[in-house]
Amino acid sequence: MEALGHFNYWVVVVLMMIGFYALIARANLIKKIVGLNIFQASVFLLFISFGKVTDGSAPIIAEGIQIYSNPLPHVLILTAIVVGVATTALGLALVVRINEAYGSIEEDEITEMDRDT
Amino acid sequence: MISQFPALQVVIPLIGAPLCIILRRGALPWLIALLVSWVALFMAATLLSQVAAGGEISYAIGGWLAPLGIEYRIDVLNAFMMLLVAGTSSIVLPFAYKSVAKEIPEEKHYLFYSGFLLMLTGLLGMAITGDAFNVFVFIEISSLSSYAMIAMGRDRRALSAAFTYLVMGTVGATFFLIGVGLIYAVTGTLNMADLAERLPPLYESRTVLAAFAFISVGILLKLALFPLHLWLPNAYTYAPSVVTAFLAATATKVALYLLLRFAYTVFGAEFVFDIVPSTPVLMTLALAGIIVASTVAIFQTDVKRLLAYSSVAQVGYIILGISYANVTGLTASIVHIFNHAVTKGALFLVMGCIAYAAGACRLESFAGLGKRMPLTMAAFVIAGLSLIGVPLTAGFVSKWYLVLGAMEEGWWPVAVVILATSLLAAVYIWRVVELAYFRDPPADGPELADPPLALMAPTWILTGACVYFGVETSLSVGFSEQAALFLMGGR
Repeated sequence: MEALGHFNYWVVVVLMMIGFYALIARANLIKKIVGLNIFQASVFLLFISFGKVTDGSAPIIAEGIQIYSNPLPHVLILTAIVVGVATTALGLALVVRINEAYGSIEEDEITEMDRDT
Repeated sequence: MISQFPALQVVIPLIGAPLCIILRRGALPWLIALLVSWVALFMAATLLSQVAAGGEISYAIGGWLAPLGIEYRIDVLNAFMMLLVAGTSSIVLPFAYKSVAKEIPEEKHYLFYSGFLLMLTGLLGMAITGDAFNVFVFIEISSLSSYAMIAMGRDRRALSAAFTYLVMGTVGATFFLIGVGLIYAVTGTLNMADLAERLPPLYESRTVLAAFAFISVGILLKLALFPLHLWLPNAYTYAPSVVTAFLAATATKVALYLLLRFAYTVFGAEFVFDIVPSTPVLMTLALAGIIVASTVAIFQTDVKRLLAYSSVAQVGYIILGISYANVTGLTASIVHIFNHAVTKGALFLVMGCIAYAAGACRLESFAGLGKRMPLTMAAFVIAGLSLIGVPLTAGFVSKWYLVLGAMEEGWWPVAVVILATSLLAAVYIWRVVELAYFRDPPADGPELADPPLALMAPTWILTGACVYFGVETSLSVGFSEQAALFLMGGR
């Protein structure tokens, strides 16, 4: 059952593929952004999994605790989450502008309209 | 003061950006951006002269020493890149004043200059930092601001172009992040110099291999190597003229720098070229990219898009030089990064002049332009010759080294492809030149004249640079050779 021991990495891979699939296969721009979010979230989980030390406690100094989890990946992921929020915000803002300009947020319809002009 | 230049190089543009938003009246944001960019250029030049004379500079941000803190590490290669980035923005910004006034509604000007400075911050940061995770943060700063800048284009297609770029750019940056996470997991460090020491014993590890794959694919997406270039043509075509000129000259170039940095400094040439067979992969993609993109460029009806496809082809030449894995090839790549930045910068500024006068860059609007906008079209011809690689222009120098590098390895077919595809470049430049000089302007067309000096001067500075660096190569080739030897020699 060793493969199951790394179940968090399986979750990462599954989420990554779900996100990537939505990103590529969905024509709706909002769904693309959601896919992008799931994709990024899977990477956050990957980093946080790296930081876990077996039997380690939360990285706060306290009496009687010898082993701590590695806090550095947590810090990195805080930064990456902020970046992800900014990306999502910008992406959604672009979708709003696209909707105003084209009257649609379906990629195939937009491509169609671009071809006509 | 000078000892603080590495931090100030990034901090000053970063502070300039919110300053543009606070002091948003009239021409103030433009003035701030111009001033900041000139200061950044001065600092980059100082840093370059320092490292050229006395080796590397290491700067600990906030006094936190590496490997715990973030280290800025400057050598000839990235000082040269920073000079390129700051230099381009210093030439493009004087051009921006009139061009932006024409292309972007007045109430958004301060946001434009603020975004421009953020882009500058991100690109300078990508070049200067010696910390792998910090690279990711700066990639995202420059990318997010460039998505917003591209979306400011007049055409609504700028919006969908920006969205596509956002999706592909974020995937690229996230791939890069996965790779950085994997090498952190096996080495426990993010400092590039530390990574360089700890990775060699782990060359057999499959995690390192996966990390290399993720990082290189992520960077290749950002630098638009065929077939990962799909975001580029639309983004360059519909972005405001100033943004196109700046991005074309710097953004893909800094990503190329990152590829060199990770290939040579972090992973090491032995891993990249001996253990992983990168040469055949990169060479195949580069050659395919050069041939396909140059051919597609010939059939474009929008000159800006034509030049965008040509950019994809030029990225191919640069990757080709890297794939040789010898000093001549690497020198050729670094020289071409510089020369192509100058050439494409000049060409896209010409497009800006034409967009200013005629409102569009469609091929048919070039008919008879040679007589009506003589100075603008003359700049196009000279920069176009440099793009083709005619002797006495900058483009010739880099192609000369590219051919030399191929000969050294005995790869005759590669040399033939380089020469043959230069002819393709001649074809697509000729299409424009033929229309401009040998056709009569449409009788009912509007009156056109060369744009004002504020636009002509920056265009001609870059056009002049195309010729200057074709004749006087001690700066471009000199630093490139020094950087190539430094990378090849390892640390």
